[in-house]
Amino acid sequence: MYTQGLLHGKDEDRGGPEPAEKLARFQERIDAEEKIEPNDWMPEAYRRTLIRMISQHAHSEIVGMLPEGNWITRAPSLRRKAALLAKVQDEGGHGLYLYAAAETLGVSREELVEQLLAGKAKYSSIFNYPTLSWADIGAIGWLVDGAAIMNQIPLCRCSYGPYARAMIRICKEESFHQRQGFEIMLTLCRGTPEQKAMAQDALDRWWWPSLMMFGPSDTQSQHSDKSLRWKIKRFSNDELRQKFVDATVPQGHFLGLAFPDPQLRFDHATSHWHFGAIDWDEFRNVLAGNGPCNRQRMTQRRAAHERGAWVREAAIAYGEKRRLREAAE
Amino acid sequence: MSEVPMPLWEVFIRARNGLAHKHVGSVHAADAAMALQAARDVYTRRGEGLSIWVVPSGAITASDPAEKDMMFEPTASKIYRHPTFYRVPEDVGNM
Repeated sequence: MYTQGLLHGKDEDRGGPEPAEKLARFQERIDAEEKIEPNDWMPEAYRRTLIRMISQHAHSEIVGMLPEGNWITRAPSLRRKAALLAKVQDEGGHGLYLYAAAETLGVSREELVEQLLAGKAKYSSIFNYPTLSWADIGAIGWLVDGAAIMNQIPLCRCSYGPYARAMIRICKEESFHQRQGFEIMLTLCRGTPEQKAMAQDALDRWWWPSLMMFGPSDTQSQHSDKSLRWKIKRFSNDELRQKFVDATVPQGHFLGLAFPDPQLRFDHATSHWHFGAIDWDEFRNVLAGNGPCNRQRMTQRRAAHERGAWVREAAIAYGEKRRLREAAE
Repeated sequence: MSEVPMPLWEVFIRARNGLAHKHVGSVHAADAAMALQAARDVYTRRGEGLSIWVVPSGAITASDPAEKDMMFEPTASKIYRHPTFYRVPEDVGNM
């Protein structure tokens, strides 16, 4: 079904020149808003772009479990703990839907995980920042999941069927994440002055990295044009970033918090919030592996993968034993 | 690649009593029992279902998209298979 890209025909239609008529026919289907399905013909660059995007997205969900997992044992109440556990479990689930969507393009989950652990694959730069206080869990839900939703809602209409379907499920679930984060922020902001200061400190640290989540500015982005033409993406990085700022600034003001951007002001002419310049050097530096937590994240992922190896091996051996026993009976 | 690939399963869920099972996605698992467990954890965290089927992905035979026209196009010309093809005078009432 979805997965037959993985089971057979992996190299069918691959390599060699791509006939112009096939490319034109493909673009016609895209323009007509038809969904492309796993076994349909697609240009090699379309397949590669999707594998890169979907796998980066999957890796981000999995690595994203780490900064939040950090606070599960120290959540301030049972209610918060149960919600955080459910949220982190969701992120694991999102990783699985996405790896499954990537597999329909003919690459296995094992290969993708190996690329991540070998440091060859990217994941969202945001997860390389530390969660220093409980308020960071609120800020992540509100800002990081808020930015993710902004990015992901248009992906529900992505031209590639399995990715679009995975995104529909994910968006439904993310909305709980954002609301639980905002509720944590609201509770802190309505609490003691110390609690409100925690919320402010979290906003100060997470605001700019959240804006960077949308990726380089349109003038710098390497992948935007083609992705838009193929309807993999529907909006450019800068468009989505602006939408996020417009939606989020009033929410921050409702909390009574100040944004760490002296240039932030409402532009009546454009009806948008104008924001200051993003420090792209910081972004590139974090992507290059030099963020505050890059090494720790990868060390933890590798350790978890290695420590789980015996479980995977035992499960496969047991499954094999049962299959042989059943076959013998 | 050092890892042995985990077998792949397709997951079908019955959302409500009276509905058919519907394909929702896939999971990797070593055997059918673990595939059911994983499907439960991954696809039914919010009351999405009352029943789950898991099927080894390799056991599914699918039609070839390249043969889509040959398979399905002939039905397009057979409009007499639809009730609206037939005219019934209004006086006869609903039929």
